[in-house]
Amino acid sequence: MSAMFGSNENTPLLRVKNLQTGFKIEGDYYNAVESVSFDVKRKQIVGVVGESGCGKSVMSLSIMQLLPEGIGKIRGGEIEFEGENISKLSDKRMNSIRGKDISMIFQEPMTSLNPVFTIGYQIAEVILNHENLTKKEARLRSVSLLKQVGIPRAEQIVTEYPHQLSGGMRQRVMIAMAIACQPKLLIADEPTTALDVTVQAQILELLKGVQEANDMSIILITHDLGVVAEICDEVLVMYAGKIIERAPVEELFAAPKHPYTELLMKAIPKMDEEVEKLATIEGLVPSVINMPQVGCRFANRCPKAMPECMTVTPQLVDVGHEHEAACLLFDESWPADRKRDKDRDREGVTAL
Amino acid sequence: MLKYSIRRLLGMIPMLILISIVVFSLAKLMPGDSLSGEIDPLNTNPEYIAEMREKLGYNDPLPVQYFNWITGFVQGDFGKSTRFKIPVFDLIMEKVPNTLLLGVTALVITYIMAFMMGMYSGRRPYTLGDNAIAGFNYIMLAIPSFVAAVFAIYIFAFQLNWFPFAGSVDILVERGSFEYYVSRMHHVLLPALVLGAMSTASYTQFLRNDIIENSRKDFVRTARAKGTPIKKIYNVHILRNSIIPLVTFLGFDFAALIGGAIITETIFTYPGIGQLFLESVTSRDYPTLMALTMLLSFLTLLGNLLADILYGVVDPRIRLD
Repeated sequence: MSAMFGSNENTPLLRVKNLQTGFKIEGDYYNAVESVSFDVKRKQIVGVVGESGCGKSVMSLSIMQLLPEGIGKIRGGEIEFEGENISKLSDKRMNSIRGKDISMIFQEPMTSLNPVFTIGYQIAEVILNHENLTKKEARLRSVSLLKQVGIPRAEQIVTEYPHQLSGGMRQRVMIAMAIACQPKLLIADEPTTALDVTVQAQILELLKGVQEANDMSIILITHDLGVVAEICDEVLVMYAGKIIERAPVEELFAAPKHPYTELLMKAIPKMDEEVEKLATIEGLVPSVINMPQVGCRFANRCPKAMPECMTVTPQLVDVGHEHEAACLLFDESWPADRKRDKDRDREGVTAL
Repeated sequence: MLKYSIRRLLGMIPMLILISIVVFSLAKLMPGDSLSGEIDPLNTNPEYIAEMREKLGYNDPLPVQYFNWITGFVQGDFGKSTRFKIPVFDLIMEKVPNTLLLGVTALVITYIMAFMMGMYSGRRPYTLGDNAIAGFNYIMLAIPSFVAAVFAIYIFAFQLNWFPFAGSVDILVERGSFEYYVSRMHHVLLPALVLGAMSTASYTQFLRNDIIENSRKDFVRTARAKGTPIKKIYNVHILRNSIIPLVTFLGFDFAALIGGAIITETIFTYPGIGQLFLESVTSRDYPTLMALTMLLSFLTLLGNLLADILYGVVDPRIRLD
């Protein structure tokens, strides 16, 4: 919360408006991300949670314009970075933003580094891409970056190859690369998923540390609510390509609103409770090809589903405490009053 | 790496002994011997032939003949060519420069063509250009070299008069002069083009497929996220990875450089090792034939060793020890 109001700047660093990203399957586009809107404020850590296949990664790749060429495409909406719409920039212009203003780290540290180049070369590359430095200066900066992310023997590591490092070390190298040009926004796509639990904690601590040291914002994509609770300021819960709940982190954990979020919370093992079996959510996220186009996308798995959930598409509505949820249960005009749309217009309640 | 190389070189010895037995047996299995074809039975005294056979040791038991040959061979005495009556070693050394020139020129042509085509295709797979390149490569692969060589001579030497059709150098130029080297290059170009253009298929298609595969790897996405231009990603990040499997071919090429191209050299009457090899077979010149076969076997083994060492150089994940 403090981070949200700590910044002097009023415009958010990143504003995503109505983003739609489609994938081409047998000639037709299917939206993997559907009307997603959110803001990332300066120095804020925003967590994005959801099951596998709910569009988290696609959304982050859309921001970076790193969708697989010819298959994935931004089909609508805007991505404003510091007030400029970057969703339609040329690849060349994007190259000057990627790695400099917005950088990204990925889930698989084992394969994300090029196996045939030294660590030093790979870190120096991002520096040389964006700054007018000599190779030697870039090399020196690489060493200091490695020290900054807590890698011992940094002078020696720059001459080594990725396969000589452990997974945790490689993720540190990825972070060093990501912060090399002091970006304003770091997108971390499941940065700890492939790592041991102990290493996970270290990496999260490191991310938090570099975020504070460099005054940057982070979008942290994860399916681990524990990670979210640990370092995020705000949380977006995604389901089937849509944001279904948005709240400051304490608020979300104290009072989850959407039945999906509630169920996610129940699926977290608790230290003080002994349960035979962890709660699970029945069924799977619908695939992009047979995504329900009307109604709530979670309805067929939702224990609280009403008949109307199949026919009315819920919008994100304010439920108080800066908390928004997209569920008919919290839409005051529904189901009591079926003339929802008219009422909403009259009352001036906006969907977002 | 040195220890590894020495161990591998020592490991070649039993292999070479086995090869020498096979080479010797095959040579002896050929009908006739070096005297039966060369000497006219009407003019030459049969007793003289018998005497020569005895003198050359052709009447000794096979194991004795083998032993005599191999003891000389390991000491560097490859014997005397029964056809040219000069030591086989000198004969081979005389032809090596020609073959090496042809081999290197052909290989350079192959590499330039294959890398250009492979990188183009790999970057734009399943496009018209990619399919055209694949079509060209497979047609070149399918045409036998004797057909291609004959057509090349007909078109480029006889019709267009661009290249000489035979030999390795103009006989009128002075040896060692500038014209001499120009004339040699002029003579080598057409056979080298035929050889080079015919063998691009494996390199091109291998490179293409490897580039396509590597372009889907996670490290490409990382490089993109760093703001690296796509061109540099293909030419540096991906290419550097895609060279690794090509090293295998390099091992084979090494033997071919000196081994020469039997068919192409013969059609162009280019005096190289390949032509010498074919002549030694038809004239049953055992010492030359066996020495050449041993040489090629050794070079193939050496090429494989070279490839293995190069793997360690191009791929940091491979450690040789």
